[in-house]
Amino acid sequence: MAAAAASLHATAAVSKSRSAAIPQVATSVRVAAASRGPGSARARGGLVVARAAAVKDEAADTNSGGHEVLMFEALREAMIEEMTLDPTVCMIGEDVGDYGGSYKVSKGLSEMFGDLRVLDTPIAENSFTGMGVGAAMKGLRPVVEGMNMGFLLLAYNQISNNCGMLHYTSGGQFKIPIVIRGPGGVGRQLGAEHSQRLESYFQSIPGLQMVACSTPYNAKGLLKAAIRSENPVVVFEHVLLYNMKEKIPDEDYICCLEEAEMVRPGSQVTILTYSRMRYHVMQAVKTLVNKGYDPEVIDIRSLKPFDLHTIGNSVKKTHRVLIVEECMRTGGIGASLRSAIIDNFWDELDAPPMCLSSQDVPTPYAAPLEDATVVQPPQIVAAIEEICR
Amino acid sequence: MAAASFTAAKFLAPVAGRSGGDRPAPFLPAPSSARPLRRTRPAQRLLAVSSDVLAGNKAAPAAAAQPAVTREEALELYEDMVLGRNFEDMCAQMYYRGKMFGFVHLYNGQEAVSTGFIKLLNQPDCVVSTYRDHVHALSKGVPARSVMAELFGKATGCCRGQGGSMHMFSEPHNVLGGFAFIGEGIPVATGAAFAAKYRHEVLKQSSPDGLDVTLAFFGDGTANNGQFFECLNMAQLWKLPIVFVVENNLWAIGMSHIRATSDPEIWKKGPAFGMPGVHVDGMDVLKVREVAKEAIDRARRGEGPTLVECETYRFRGHSLADPDELRRPDEKSHYAARDPIMSLKKYIIEQSLASEAELKSIEKRIDDVVEEAVDFADASPLPPRSQLLENVFADPKGFGIGPDGKYRCEDPKFTQGTAQV
Repeated sequence: MAAAAASLHATAAVSKSRSAAIPQVATSVRVAAASRGPGSARARGGLVVARAAAVKDEAADTNSGGHEVLMFEALREAMIEEMTLDPTVCMIGEDVGDYGGSYKVSKGLSEMFGDLRVLDTPIAENSFTGMGVGAAMKGLRPVVEGMNMGFLLLAYNQISNNCGMLHYTSGGQFKIPIVIRGPGGVGRQLGAEHSQRLESYFQSIPGLQMVACSTPYNAKGLLKAAIRSENPVVVFEHVLLYNMKEKIPDEDYICCLEEAEMVRPGSQVTILTYSRMRYHVMQAVKTLVNKGYDPEVIDIRSLKPFDLHTIGNSVKKTHRVLIVEECMRTGGIGASLRSAIIDNFWDELDAPPMCLSSQDVPTPYAAPLEDATVVQPPQIVAAIEEICR
Repeated sequence: MAAASFTAAKFLAPVAGRSGGDRPAPFLPAPSSARPLRRTRPAQRLLAVSSDVLAGNKAAPAAAAQPAVTREEALELYEDMVLGRNFEDMCAQMYYRGKMFGFVHLYNGQEAVSTGFIKLLNQPDCVVSTYRDHVHALSKGVPARSVMAELFGKATGCCRGQGGSMHMFSEPHNVLGGFAFIGEGIPVATGAAFAAKYRHEVLKQSSPDGLDVTLAFFGDGTANNGQFFECLNMAQLWKLPIVFVVENNLWAIGMSHIRATSDPEIWKKGPAFGMPGVHVDGMDVLKVREVAKEAIDRARRGEGPTLVECETYRFRGHSLADPDELRRPDEKSHYAARDPIMSLKKYIIEQSLASEAELKSIEKRIDDVVEEAVDFADASPLPPRSQLLENVFADPKGFGIGPDGKYRCEDPKFTQGTAQV
């Protein structure tokens, strides 16, 4: 089914000749849509707001050519473009400089920009994240990399107390335009501590915005938007997705931080997912389509705040919801999302919203146990059959 | 009980890594020595203001020919310390009258550290403090009325009433907080110093004064915290323009420094990371100022950080809720006799820098300033309900898109109801 929804990527949203000044406009920018889906666009003071989420516009894509990248290369492109455009953008993390980043996201960047802009830190997550906060308060735009998201547990004090809170407790005097990014999620037998999902731990922090990328297109777009945003944004990447390949536009584009992405429009049941589970869902969808189901798949992308408009429109259409996530069951993103759906769309539901999450266990090392920890496609198929009964 | 009292500044530089010339091996004093230590530079020996004068040090009159400060400087220092003391005393009054709430930590007795350091700074220099931050904010130039209004929780406070006693921020004065958890301000200070170096080297924004300096103030308890050590390492590694100022008042609430620390001499931890560690009598504003001058100049020239341990004392309890039963009366009276304001007053009069009457008029003026601050705070309004959701995000689109498709923050009723994100 062709993606008919509006696209959000701009053909010329950002001029490359922009000066070094930090953009005045707040950067969760709704850029002009290259094409519009039916009934979707609503003009607001000059900026066109697309109702549905960012999907690559196929027509514009073939026109401009585009180029194929792996996800880590897309992130790297985003870093290079933003660091070139704005000299206050810098990178802080372990092994981001000489080593090029443990997942090669910053490969070659310290040769390009120097080792003060691409700062190799000692192993002190709490302190270098706090350093990023202090630098952000004084006008820089740091991108702090956690070598693995799990390591940022050590930085929790700074992320919660300072990133999240300082704009508020200072009465709005200081802004913290910091981006915290890194790979998380369950990998291939990496062991419990390298297989953590921190989305649920950070989601309650007031003042923090969270996005999760899943494709090279949205990875580049979201990282660029996060860097330009005045808010502290945590960008969740996934260890197993760095080698995903996709063709992305040549021209500059960003994705809206607060919007969800329509992956597959449908009519029967809404599946909400993010990050790696999107691929498990799409694999299950193949089976489901063969069995005659018509699921609508939305990649929520914005973990905090939720895009209740896109989600709500979908629920109003299908009346059934399944959430598939990699977070733990207890207190995960799915738990909050289910709650938000019940609060806002109770009357639309024909069945209780179901949530498939990881087990509440430290990820075991053994392969069959690890597979059983996360949600697998057969479970998704079974859940849809259950909901649609 | 307390560590041996040092009567003059001790300067210990790391043995390796100093450029040029032979240096004598670092001089460590005999354990219970109380004799003044000669500094390694043949600079003017700073006249002791407090203990030596009181003990009738014979060397004092000879060195008294040249006062260490000019009259203007002395009066500026005096006024700043009196402001700090009077303001804090007024805070105690207001707290017991029910105008101020929560945890309030007063700075009485430590004024020499704040004044001695912060009065040397320029506007672009930054100050980062802990919860005992009222006087740091005042010394940096935040108006007393803004601080008092913030303490009363009014909308005219420097943080719009959203911060409170432990979170004093001021962007125009570069006061970067005000942190409740000890140690968590030190990385923020390190980041501000990193930004100063970045501005100079990457953005090529240079000032004729040199790099903008950041001062990180924290206590003896913090000197056992991981963030302290991590930041000492990073600051020295990258030669950041920062001075780490330890206000060692010997007590972390009820935990004595000696009971909490394996090696109580905090200044020694500087050379362990390759930076100079200095111990100074923190009850003597002139000594503090002399050490501060050197540390700040080092930072400005790009030579990197310094660790300064100021031996000081808080005359009141840890906070207004602390009954302060653990500290012995003889310790308290020992330090009360070294009151920095009394000492400076005595010095000013003995050096004929100003008359008693002039000092009294300064005190009177400060009384008026503090009274006016209280009146202003009293008259100010409390923040309205609609302020609740403002400033959570710098870009309020972070509150997301509501079910109706509009950004929540664009809804006129947004700040009235419950915070729904």
